[in-house]
Amino acid sequence: MKKLINGIDDVVREQLQGMAAAHPELSVHIDPHYIVRGDAPVAGKVAVISGGGSGHEPMHGGFVGVGMLDGACPGEVFTSPTPDQMYECGMAANSGAGVLFLVKNYTGDVMNFEMAAEMLAAEGVPVQSILIDDDVAVKDSLYTAGRRGVGTTVIIEKIVGAAAEAGYNLDQCADLARKVNSYGRSMGMALTSCIVPAAGKPTFDLGDDEIEIGIGIHGEPGQKRMPMTSADAITEMMALEIIEDDAYTRTVREWDTENGIWVELELTDEPLAAGDSVIAFVNSMGGTPVSELYAVYRKLAAVCEDKGITIARNLIGPYITSLEMQGFSITLVKVDDEILKFWDAPVNTPGLRWGA
Amino acid sequence: MLSVLTLSQNLMTVTKAEILKWITLSADVMQENKQYLTDLDSPIGDADHGINMARGFKKVLERLPTVQDKDIGNILKTTGMALISSVGGASGPLYGTFFMRAAAPVMSKEVLTDDDLVAMLDMGLEGVISRGRANLGDKTMVDGWTPALEALRTAFANGADTKTAMQACVAGAEQGMQDTIPMLAKKGRASYLGERSVGHQDPGATSTYFLLNALLEAIS
Ligand SMILES: Nc1ncnc2c1ncn2[C@@H]1O[C@H](COP(=O)(O)OP(=O)(O)O)[C@@H](O)[C@H]1O
Ligand SMILES: [Mg+2]
Repeated sequence: MKKLINGIDDVVREQLQGMAAAHPELSVHIDPHYIVRGDAPVAGKVAVISGGGSGHEPMHGGFVGVGMLDGACPGEVFTSPTPDQMYECGMAANSGAGVLFLVKNYTGDVMNFEMAAEMLAAEGVPVQSILIDDDVAVKDSLYTAGRRGVGTTVIIEKIVGAAAEAGYNLDQCADLARKVNSYGRSMGMALTSCIVPAAGKPTFDLGDDEIEIGIGIHGEPGQKRMPMTSADAITEMMALEIIEDDAYTRTVREWDTENGIWVELELTDEPLAAGDSVIAFVNSMGGTPVSELYAVYRKLAAVCEDKGITIARNLIGPYITSLEMQGFSITLVKVDDEILKFWDAPVNTPGLRWGA
Repeated sequence: MLSVLTLSQNLMTVTKAEILKWITLSADVMQENKQYLTDLDSPIGDADHGINMARGFKKVLERLPTVQDKDIGNILKTTGMALISSVGGASGPLYGTFFMRAAAPVMSKEVLTDDDLVAMLDMGLEGVISRGRANLGDKTMVDGWTPALEALRTAFANGADTKTAMQACVAGAEQGMQDTIPMLAKKGRASYLGERSVGHQDPGATSTYFLLNALLEAIS
């Protein structure tokens, strides 16, 4: 294993210390690890907080700043952060307008955020927690832990962050997050595996002539393995999986702020249809160069046009990565006027910046 | 009078020192099997279970001296809190909740009867189930805990002494762990693999077996 690290146990802390040095506008806390805006808590504003394992940078820490996240909780590499991090982050960012957790649907993240929400609620902090589950590679929710949270996460953090900045209250932010999630669909693939520093070897073996389709973002094996083929063939296959994906129904748990209990909701995501406008997001898993992402985007644009889908905005680059893995993901998020307005709103974070 | 006294003394079976030893032995076994548990988590997970458990129990060991003089309930509660704040992943809230809930029926006790032991482990498992909502057969640690605790209860019902009952419990955990191999995962990360999860032993059920085996060693 060749990596730019000092000690295996210091990877996450040293990364945070580097972020603190590079971004004095952020407030970076060690023990427990969390990042909040330097001006947190922002009076009257809902605190939008996310978190997850490290190794996906710039997500989430790189998205803390004006117009996006108020706080982020980085776990160990590919391991969910712990409830005390989320609790401390929530307490530091809460202005009284409440805390919205944006949680990617992985069993560990879900359970740790549930405990944190319970802890914040016990302190009288208004809290809501919205699950992000957009990975179409996971077909059913009955025999699995449900669709994973992948690319749509970046889009939701941007849009809901802008809405919170514009003065949306906690319920409005939660409703918007739920809507964008229901409009978002993603799929990823890997050309290579990746090496978790503490493990020291690739998470899975992939032959030189093989690719893994339907991966998540933790170097876990995906839906299927197939022989390597062209950028066009891979892109078309993935784009069609997203565009032709059926309605998806599952039961999620959300925190009922009024009664202080978890309630189950049945949610359905309607499929994309001809005539829809979308944000098209082509993301590198870390090791794939931007040049190849444009090759993918070229084909994606053609497939969308063919299917009557208008790309209203795009985002191309490494935003939700899996360490040094080569591969990419495609995310399509249907948009309406409300979503586009907040997508275009100014954002000023280390990882995403425009209009600011 | 005398016989009642002897009887109740016989029932006082697990001491605080043994509980402390259990926690220490658990930390040792997680450290020793860090690689093994991580390897089990690599074909059907994300290759971190051993790393997570070793990190968590290292934190527990650091906190243990602060509760050395406290009762068994407080020792378990502190263990749970240390795990919750240091493990992360799925196993952090699950094992953390296990110890937090296991603490409740043994609060302020310095020594446990067989009934206390059963209540402690049963409550812990209840916590795991309420947090993770896994069913039997989903290929998770619940498939390790459930047959283990059934075997423990059955052994006590048949008049076994603590050590013999714990031996049955560990055998149950081992069987449960092996029985996860042919299962199709329906919870946790492994569930995303569908059929490809078949043929692999669940890492969480394996760490559960190690934990219960450490308890057996501690009372032997
Ligand atoms: N819902 C659940 N209920 C009970 N146990 C679970 C559940 N989900 C996962 N597990 C257990 O957690 C183990 C994985 O733990 P770990 O690798 O530490 O966390 P993660 O899956 O977040 O990487 C699995 O082997 C399984 O036994
Ligand atoms: Mg794991």
